[in-house]
Amino acid sequence: MTMPHPDLVAVLAGILGVLVLASTIGFVLQRKLSPDSSNAVVENLNDRIRAWWVMVVLMGLALIGGKTGVTLLFGFCSFAALREFITLTDTRRADHWALAAAFFVVLPVQYYLIWIEWYGLYSIFIPVYAFLLMPIIAAARGDTEHFLVRIAEVQWALMICVFATSHVPALLSLDIAGYEGRNVLLIAFLVIVVQISDVLQYVWGKLIGRTKIAPKLSPSKTVEGFVGGALSATAVGAGLSWMTPFTPLQAGFLALVIVLLGFFGGLVMSAIKRDRGVKDWGNLIAGHGGFIDRLDSVVFSAPIFFHLVRYGWSAV
Amino acid sequence: MRGAGASLAGALILFFARFITAVRGRWAGAAPSDEQRIYFANHASHGDFVLIWTVLPRRLRFTTRPVAGSDYWLKSGLRRFIGRDVFNAVLIDRDRESRTSDPVAQMTEALDAGSSLIVFPEGTRNTTDARLLPFKSGLFHLAQARPNVALVPAWIDNLNRVMPKGEFVPIPLICTVTFGAPLRLSEGETKQDFLARTEAALLALSPKATAS
Repeated sequence: MTMPHPDLVAVLAGILGVLVLASTIGFVLQRKLSPDSSNAVVENLNDRIRAWWVMVVLMGLALIGGKTGVTLLFGFCSFAALREFITLTDTRRADHWALAAAFFVVLPVQYYLIWIEWYGLYSIFIPVYAFLLMPIIAAARGDTEHFLVRIAEVQWALMICVFATSHVPALLSLDIAGYEGRNVLLIAFLVIVVQISDVLQYVWGKLIGRTKIAPKLSPSKTVEGFVGGALSATAVGAGLSWMTPFTPLQAGFLALVIVLLGFFGGLVMSAIKRDRGVKDWGNLIAGHGGFIDRLDSVVFSAPIFFHLVRYGWSAV
Repeated sequence: MRGAGASLAGALILFFARFITAVRGRWAGAAPSDEQRIYFANHASHGDFVLIWTVLPRRLRFTTRPVAGSDYWLKSGLRRFIGRDVFNAVLIDRDRESRTSDPVAQMTEALDAGSSLIVFPEGTRNTTDARLLPFKSGLFHLAQARPNVALVPAWIDNLNRVMPKGEFVPIPLICTVTFGAPLRLSEGETKQDFLARTEAALLALSPKATAS
């Protein structure tokens, strides 16, 4: 393993600084407002900060580990997300082999194709081959009840949990002149912008939020929180242009795209949760729900970010 | 040597169970405790007691023995190793005609030795669409024999979808084990009343019961 790039070290050090600050604030708030663990907001905040530490450590290790680390981490995230998603579907006995194929064939093959950087196949493998073959496997069992719904559920699960998620490690395969050896920073940029946007929308919403933006889907989201969070996260993205191959203006534009897709992706995933009658996708991380609850915004922005950068900056 | 092999196999089985099911224990009606207990659960798969075992705190695993059918668990060397050596199961003969020892006597013997038990009062795996099969009378006779031991209902959710009967590749799905409030046989309670009460207590823990 080679030494991590100095820019990556700088990014990770910056994030650690933010986390130490957050933990300190969380500790002080707990001492002042919730000494007997009774203040739900403070307790939830501290749960979140603790979960942040776990995620940042994992993500940092993966980025330092380069292609192997990132591919393994997101491969596992895909697996855990798919496990949560399929849990909420109405699949039946007859879907058993199609589901087994999704978990144990489609998912590993997709990440293997990412690993060997075969763009021509990994960008169509799921939407063409998996989407056509899996209904065939399901149909072979002869159970036609809710057939269309069942195959659509499994296909959407694969689309979100595997196909879209796998575009995060795919960023490492882009070949950008003058940016060699720094591609992991594109992943850091994407993840930081998405997460900062989540946090800033929450903060703006708490400060000045009045008008609900989607009362049925996500009652806590407000127009003020969305606009304030999106604009300030775009500004943060522009300010992070030093770690990207983009100019500040370009970085700001891409950050805005990431933020918008992340926001609406979150709404889509909320709609699915409402439909299924659950509050969280899973219970893996205290204060954060399941894997999909953390991944939803990244998942929607990753493929579009990947293709914009590939079209605009990459040689392959 | 056998002991080390058994604990290694136990650790592997736990890891595999977590990988496939990400199983969580929900202690809704009772906290995990060192007191002696009889956990009674719904039965849909041979992996049921593995999930209960996985969500128990580590120190309780060594004193909690599943009760399982010897016809299945003595069939091959591997099953015998997993059933006897890894999980230290109380193996009972479910065939009334051929059996030489009384299952209830075997279970009370294990209780008297200080163990807690995991039992499946339906008596067999439920492969029907009904959420629970009628309980066999074994639970009542056990409660009668040792009325002081608390009976804790444990609802295992989703494992039937992970591995339906007849399939051999498990589908990764999130499973939960929900523990309810401890029950005891009331004085003068009839067999029918007791079995109906325990069945209802277990069914009440199923997520479908709370959703609808």
